[in-house]
Amino acid sequence: MTTQLREETPDVVPATPRPISRRPTGSDRVFTIGSRSVGAVVLVITGGIGLFLAIQAFPTLRHYGLHFLTETEWDPDTQKVGILSVLVGTATVALVAMCIAFPLALATALYINEYARPKMRSTLVSVVDLMAAVPSIIYGLWGFFLMQPYLSGVSRWLHAYLGWLPFFHVDSDPHAAQWDQTRYTSSAFIAGVAVSMMVLPMACSVMREVFSQAPPGEREGALALGATRWGVIRSVVLPFGRGGIIGGTMLALGRALGETIAVVLIISPSFDLKFQPLEVGTNTVSALIAGRFGDASPAQLSALLTAGFVLFAITLGINTLAAGVISRSRSGAGTDI
Amino acid sequence: MTVAPERAVEMEIDTLPRTWLRPSEDRAERATAPIPRPVSRSTAQDLLVGVGSLASALALAWVVCYRLLPWGTVLGYVIVSFVLFLVVLALAFSSTAPGPVVADRVVAAAVTGGALLVGLAIVSAVVFTFVRAAPALPHPNLFTQDMSLTGPRDPLTSGGVLHAIVGTLIQIGIAILITVPLGIGTAVFMTEVGGKFAHVVRTVVDAMTALPSIVAGLFIYTVFIITFGLKPSGLAAALALSVMMLPIIARAADVVLRVFPSGLREAGLALGAPRWRTVWHVVLPTARPGLATALILGVARGVGETSPVLLTSGASTFLTVNPVGTPMNSLPLFVFTAVRSGQPILVQRGFAAAAILLTLVLTLFIVARLVARKKDSR
Repeated sequence: MTTQLREETPDVVPATPRPISRRPTGSDRVFTIGSRSVGAVVLVITGGIGLFLAIQAFPTLRHYGLHFLTETEWDPDTQKVGILSVLVGTATVALVAMCIAFPLALATALYINEYARPKMRSTLVSVVDLMAAVPSIIYGLWGFFLMQPYLSGVSRWLHAYLGWLPFFHVDSDPHAAQWDQTRYTSSAFIAGVAVSMMVLPMACSVMREVFSQAPPGEREGALALGATRWGVIRSVVLPFGRGGIIGGTMLALGRALGETIAVVLIISPSFDLKFQPLEVGTNTVSALIAGRFGDASPAQLSALLTAGFVLFAITLGINTLAAGVISRSRSGAGTDI
Repeated sequence: MTVAPERAVEMEIDTLPRTWLRPSEDRAERATAPIPRPVSRSTAQDLLVGVGSLASALALAWVVCYRLLPWGTVLGYVIVSFVLFLVVLALAFSSTAPGPVVADRVVAAAVTGGALLVGLAIVSAVVFTFVRAAPALPHPNLFTQDMSLTGPRDPLTSGGVLHAIVGTLIQIGIAILITVPLGIGTAVFMTEVGGKFAHVVRTVVDAMTALPSIVAGLFIYTVFIITFGLKPSGLAAALALSVMMLPIIARAADVVLRVFPSGLREAGLALGAPRWRTVWHVVLPTARPGLATALILGVARGVGETSPVLLTSGASTFLTVNPVGTPMNSLPLFVFTAVRSGQPILVQRGFAAAAILLTLVLTLFIVARLVARKKDSR
């Protein structure tokens, strides 16, 4: 038997790859188009608001120019409209809120993650989440009716002993036998305390989330080197969670800037340009809107919308920064099976 | 020298390590297994020093606040005693323990104190609301009547907040009907379909979560009430709430779906299921507890939000179930107006409404927790 070599070249069809299309067919096409259109609707709604605010802001900014940002009065009848004093007031309230909320949120996050017994942990997490769900008006009532009498005492104490610091100054005599309590109420400080309660759970849950992802290997390494619990926190947990601490605080700051009802309940509105959080009278952008929308003419309404737009732009900037900081930290590996 | 092959195998078996049981008499000697030292619990000394420091700090703070200096308020006393507690604790530990241990104990006390303060604040806020509401809550007319025939100074036996409760439920109901399908649909689009356009949507939705709620209310007020000339109504309030809640819910649902294990999704696709079937039968049912929690928490946030409602719903005093054309009240708005009125009885009614609102939010919250717990048990 002999092997015969083939002489003729066979008819080989060249190997062409099967066309693989990522284009959905049939029911999937309907699904893709349907969900895409839902996304488009939401984009139109949410983006439309931002666009609407920007368009509304444009004529106001053109009319008042940069004076809109540098004028302190809000008197539309005399063409004096500006948001400098309310912006300063907003910043004051938010700053006070963050001064109180930041250390407490950090302590709470550390306590839940490092000190509480493991069995208690989920309960405590729920309590913090519950705090976030409590309506802001409840904190407003709490600040106004329950805390204000005590907090005005604290204001007076700060004024009496630290009054040489310019931002603790109040136009009143703190050492008088009958001290003038009304000078110390309805202030940015008290509004800030109420707002701090509102933003604290937000900061706390972001921080706790990041702390809980601290690598156990590094933790155990520190313990094996003889670190105390504080040593572990200082050398492992806090450096690891730095992104979460900064990001959570900034998210909370963004929320504090936009808070309305608790602030409106507590403050007595004033348009002075000042940085004296302990003294009566301040104003914030959102409180300005809540107070002035009712009797506003279209031009004033547009000015209010511009103020709202400026507030929104500031909040958006802070939130974007915060999201960047959080996502750039070492945390946040994906979940997979 | 050569060894027979069988012999070699025998030797190898002999030298190989084998599992063997320790003879029983040998075992008896170490009958007591080593007990690991508990490292996380505090020792008796720590506890005693802590209690002693606390007692001395409380006493010292009393002397400082009520005898030496005119700082005698409850809040001042608490603050002074906490600061003194940390100082005394540091001094007490530094007499027996080295520096790192002292720092550890002081930080532990400070952190625990901070957490305790937060816990106290939340408990005091809830308890205070219910305590101030207590005189008004037992009257059944609170839940069955509205304020149309009741003046601000009338006693608590007449009038109620039924109109506000009904208004809140109607407004949040409409808002849920709008936001939940859109929110979940967007989240499904962003995670399951993807692409450049989804990236744009995600960016815009993320950005709009920064919208202050009062600006959402002002937007609806300007567009619907000033431009289109509609009357303040429940529908306008519901729209304002929707505008505020939509980015929050879409983002929360997106977060839940984004951490969905892709193994399950790929298993569905590998079995030949179309994408919509995979989403409908695998992704959404598996993510349901997480989604439900996110949605309920978003709704709880919307229920308690006052500022959008303040601008858009108008505050009626009568019961109405018609969301279009007539003003409608809601619980947060009723609380706000009642408390601002300054009339003692009306303020009490406001606290009662706040207590009802708080109960509503707590109920929603507990439901969310129960739904979430189901996930854990699976």
